[in-house]
Amino acid sequence: MSEDIVDVRNVGMKYQSLNGEITAIQDISFSVKKGEFVSLVGPSGCGKSTLLSIISGLLKPSQGKVLIEGEEVLKTSEKVGYMLQKDYLFDWRTIYQNVILGLEIRRKLTPENKDYVIHLLQTYGLYEFKDKYPKQLSGGMRQRAALIRTLAVQPEILLLDEAFSALDYQTRLAVTEDIYSIIKNEGKTAIMVTHDIAESISMSDRVIVLTNRPAEIKSIHKIEFDCQKRTPLKCREAPNFREYFNNIWKELDVHV
Amino acid sequence: MSKKYENLSPERIAFLKKVRAEKIATWVIRTMILVLFFALWEVAARLNLIDSFVTSQPSRMVKTLMNLYDSGDLFLHIGVTCLETVAGFIIGTILGTVIAVLLWWSDFTVRVLEPYLVVLNSLPKVALGPIFIIWIGAGPFAIIAMALAISLIVTILEVLNAFIHTDEDQIKLVKTFGANRLQVFTKVVFPSNIPAMINALKVNVGLSWVGVITGEFLVSKAGLGYLIVYGGQVFQLDLVMTSVIILAIAAALMYQGVVWIQNKLTGQQTAGEQDSI
Repeated sequence: MSEDIVDVRNVGMKYQSLNGEITAIQDISFSVKKGEFVSLVGPSGCGKSTLLSIISGLLKPSQGKVLIEGEEVLKTSEKVGYMLQKDYLFDWRTIYQNVILGLEIRRKLTPENKDYVIHLLQTYGLYEFKDKYPKQLSGGMRQRAALIRTLAVQPEILLLDEAFSALDYQTRLAVTEDIYSIIKNEGKTAIMVTHDIAESISMSDRVIVLTNRPAEIKSIHKIEFDCQKRTPLKCREAPNFREYFNNIWKELDVHV
Repeated sequence: MSKKYENLSPERIAFLKKVRAEKIATWVIRTMILVLFFALWEVAARLNLIDSFVTSQPSRMVKTLMNLYDSGDLFLHIGVTCLETVAGFIIGTILGTVIAVLLWWSDFTVRVLEPYLVVLNSLPKVALGPIFIIWIGAGPFAIIAMALAISLIVTILEVLNAFIHTDEDQIKLVKTFGANRLQVFTKVVFPSNIPAMINALKVNVGLSWVGVITGEFLVSKAGLGYLIVYGGQVFQLDLVMTSVIILAIAAALMYQGVVWIQNKLTGQQTAGEQDSI
């Protein structure tokens, strides 16, 4: 539980366009331990998603580097699973065909991996729906299918990019609960980007607050609750939840 | 139908009956317009209200049709034109899609070629007719070339446009799994644009007809376009009108064929849904 699985070192990112140069991220360093759940919160448009894309290897940083298990990330790493804002299940594929997409692309459709996918579908209650099309599923089930699609390639680290923001509030609470327990169950490390302070506190072991663009680390909050078995909803009821919330809210320094 | 009314609320039955009545009324009036149109035409011609030498008349058109059939030429002309259209349509669709794929592959090529595509698209393709005839020779191949000239550029532009506007996030999703450009194409860009490609198909059917008839006007020894031009030259309006009507029916049938293919392809999902239930 103690070694660092992700190590972000002095990462900076500048976007080039004809109109000029935009510095999205400046000198960000942090590390994440195995099994940890870390959230990045910051004002919208501050470059949070850019940071995730860099960690995943989709984008090359202008400065600094990211290490995953000690290796520098140069292209999309097989150890990383990425969850986007929406589920992006393909309408023309059945749920089963959707969840094996990653295996298909990585050419790893082995019998063992197929069994693993079936096992995931069974464990998380989607097995009966495997031959249905995404349109026939509820928002929560779709999100779960999207998570299984990510888990199917057996990543060590999950990157969640506002992964619940497309859902309505009730579904969102339920899905958060759902996804959190699946991630903990599978013993994955997670880095989540969100602008929802409550969501970040309820799920994370640590919350990293970012400044306005160019994003820098403003502060890091260690989140500790003394509930028996931690779940996001229980955390929301914990007495010190408010305190964390207010601290982070003040630091985000939102002006309307 | 009456069996379906069992176990339904009176409101539901009233609603279903109303829907059915409207459907029937639509069909009846639709058919009546057609029948009335030809009946009026016939009557007006018989009463010498219109000059049937210039306007022809349904009974003479039927006679023309019978003559054509008896001489054995009817299906030759229909066949030639349909074959040319289908050939132009299929080649145009496949070639257009392939070229669109190649262009999608390289943004740079698209930027370089863009003005040429725009010029080719706005050029009235009929102007190329004489060139095709000289290059390819007076015959069905020149006519197919004409059909291609009219439909190809539109297909390329339409399909390419659809490819370029594929949902960026769906592409990002497959990239997070490490997809290369070929996989981005086969897993996302192509399947997500099947509806757009079918729409291109629909436009293509119409354009192929335009191309083929134009081609037959310019140079031909058989075909419906040939009959129309020939009938016009010898002032046989019966022949012209008959050919136009046959053409209308053939074009409508071919369009329905494409709609049928569309339902087959996009209906896959619904069919799959039913299988799984």
